[in-house]
Amino acid sequence: MLLDAGAQHSGRTGREVLSLTALVLGVPEERVDELLGTVGLAGRPAGTRVGQYSLGMRQRLGLAAALLGDPQVLVLDEPANGLDPDGIFWMRGLLRGFADRGGTVLLSSHLLREVEAVADQLVVIAGGRIVAQGGQRELLAGRGTLVRGPDRSALQRALATAGIAVRPGTGDGLVADAPVDAVGRAVAAAGAVVTELRPGGGEGLEELFRSLTSTGTAEVAA
Amino acid sequence: MNALTVTTEQRPPTVAEPAAPGLATLVRVELRKSWDTRAGRWLLVTIGLVLLAVVALLLVAGDEGDRRFAVYLAATQLPIGVLLPVLGVLLVTSEWSQRTALTTFALVPRRSRVLMAKLLASTVLAVLGMIAAAAVSAIGTALTPALGDAAADWSLTAAQVGQVLLVEVVFLLGGVAFGMLFLSSPLAIVLYLALPTAFNLLVSTVGALHWVRDWLDLSTTTMPMFFGELDGRGWLQLATSTALWVVLPIVIGWLRIERAEIS
Repeated sequence: MLLDAGAQHSGRTGREVLSLTALVLGVPEERVDELLGTVGLAGRPAGTRVGQYSLGMRQRLGLAAALLGDPQVLVLDEPANGLDPDGIFWMRGLLRGFADRGGTVLLSSHLLREVEAVADQLVVIAGGRIVAQGGQRELLAGRGTLVRGPDRSALQRALATAGIAVRPGTGDGLVADAPVDAVGRAVAAAGAVVTELRPGGGEGLEELFRSLTSTGTAEVAA
Repeated sequence: MNALTVTTEQRPPTVAEPAAPGLATLVRVELRKSWDTRAGRWLLVTIGLVLLAVVALLLVAGDEGDRRFAVYLAATQLPIGVLLPVLGVLLVTSEWSQRTALTTFALVPRRSRVLMAKLLASTVLAVLGMIAAAAVSAIGTALTPALGDAAADWSLTAAQVGQVLLVEVVFLLGGVAFGMLFLSSPLAIVLYLALPTAFNLLVSTVGALHWVRDWLDLSTTTMPMFFGELDGRGWLQLATSTALWVVLPIVIGWLRIERAEIS
C-alpha cells in the first residue's frame, strides 16, 4: 500500500512503528512478529529505535509496514535505495514471490538495471508523459536483428537484394529490420561471411530510456 | 506473455474493502503515539516527578492551612498545566518534524478524522493527568497527619473537580492548537510557553489594557478555576479567552493541515 523509507519517527522502535500501523489497520499483533521475520528485522533490530537504523533497515521496515494489511497491490517508491547487494537480491525475491502469489507490485525507480531485473511490465515516463509502455520483452526486443561480418558492404548488398531495410548499428555492425532467420537466409543466399547474428535490442532499458527521452521522437516510439 | 496479467485474471475481481478504522481506534492510536517515543516518555516521567516534588514541598514546607487535599490538587495542576500541553504540541508537530504525517495520512486519508482523534486523545490525556494529580494529592493528604499535627483534610467541592478538569482540557487543547498552527515542535513549544506569558506581562503592566487581561488572558481567566471559584462573569471571560488561545488556533491550524502538501 505504501512505502517511504524516511518517514518514520526516529524515537520509536521498529516494532512500535509496525504495531501502530497494525492498530490502525485492525491487524492482530502476531502479524507484526511475522513480518519482522519476513523482512529480516526480527530479534534485536525490532527493539532498536528507528533513528539508529540504516537506510536499508528502514526500507525493510517500510516494506513490512506495506505488507501488514496483506495487500493485493504494493506501491513502492525506490525500494532498492540504500540496500546492500544482498538486500537488493532479497528484495527482488520478495517482490517476485509476492507477484507470483497473485499480487501486483507497482514500483518506481530510476535504477534502470534494477527495474529490468524485476519488472514484467514497463512504463517509461518522461516530462510527465508516458512515452512507452508494455511488457518488458516486447519493449526491449523487436528492434531488428544485429548482423556483423568482415565485409560490411557485402552484407549490405545481400540484405538489400532480399529487400530488408538496414541501418548502422553499434561499431561496424548492422541492424536489419527483419527476424533473425530471414536475415540468416538472406546472407546465406548471397554467400556473405557472418561473424555475429543475433536479435537486436540487447542494449537494455537504459538504452531504450535514453532513446525515448533524449530526442524529440519519443511520441513516435510510443 | 507475462505472468502478471495471467495471475491477476485468476483473482476474484472484487475483494471486500477493508473497513475504515473507527474513531475510537484512532484515539487509541494517538494516545499510544503520545508516549511511545523517547520525548513523550521522558515528558511523562518528568511530569510525574514534578507532581511528587510539588506535593512533597507543600508537605514539609507549606503553611499549616495549606496541607489540604484541595490545595494539593490545585498546586499539582501547575506542572500538569504547563508540561502536559507540550505533549499535546508534540502529538501534532512530531508528525511533521519526523515526517510520519506521510504514513498517518496515507493510512487514514481523511485528515479531519485524524485531527479529531488527536483532539480527543489529548482530552483523555488531560483526564489522565487530573487522575494522576489526584492520586499524588491523595498520597500527600494521607501523609499529612504523619508529618505534623494537622489532621487529614479531604474536603473537596464538586465545582473544584469539574473546573480543574476543564482547565486541564482547555490547556491541553491549547497545546494541540499551537502544534496545529505552527507544525514545528520547537517553534510551537516555545511560543506556547512564551506567548501567553508575554501577553500576560503586557496586559498586566499597562493599566489601560487591564480589560484585555480580564477578558482575553487565559492565565488570568483560569486562575479562579483551580479552587472552583469561577463565577458567572468568569465563565464569559473564560469563553472569550479560550476562543482566542484555543479555538482560533485550532480553526486556522485545521484549515492549514487540510490543505498542506505533505512531503
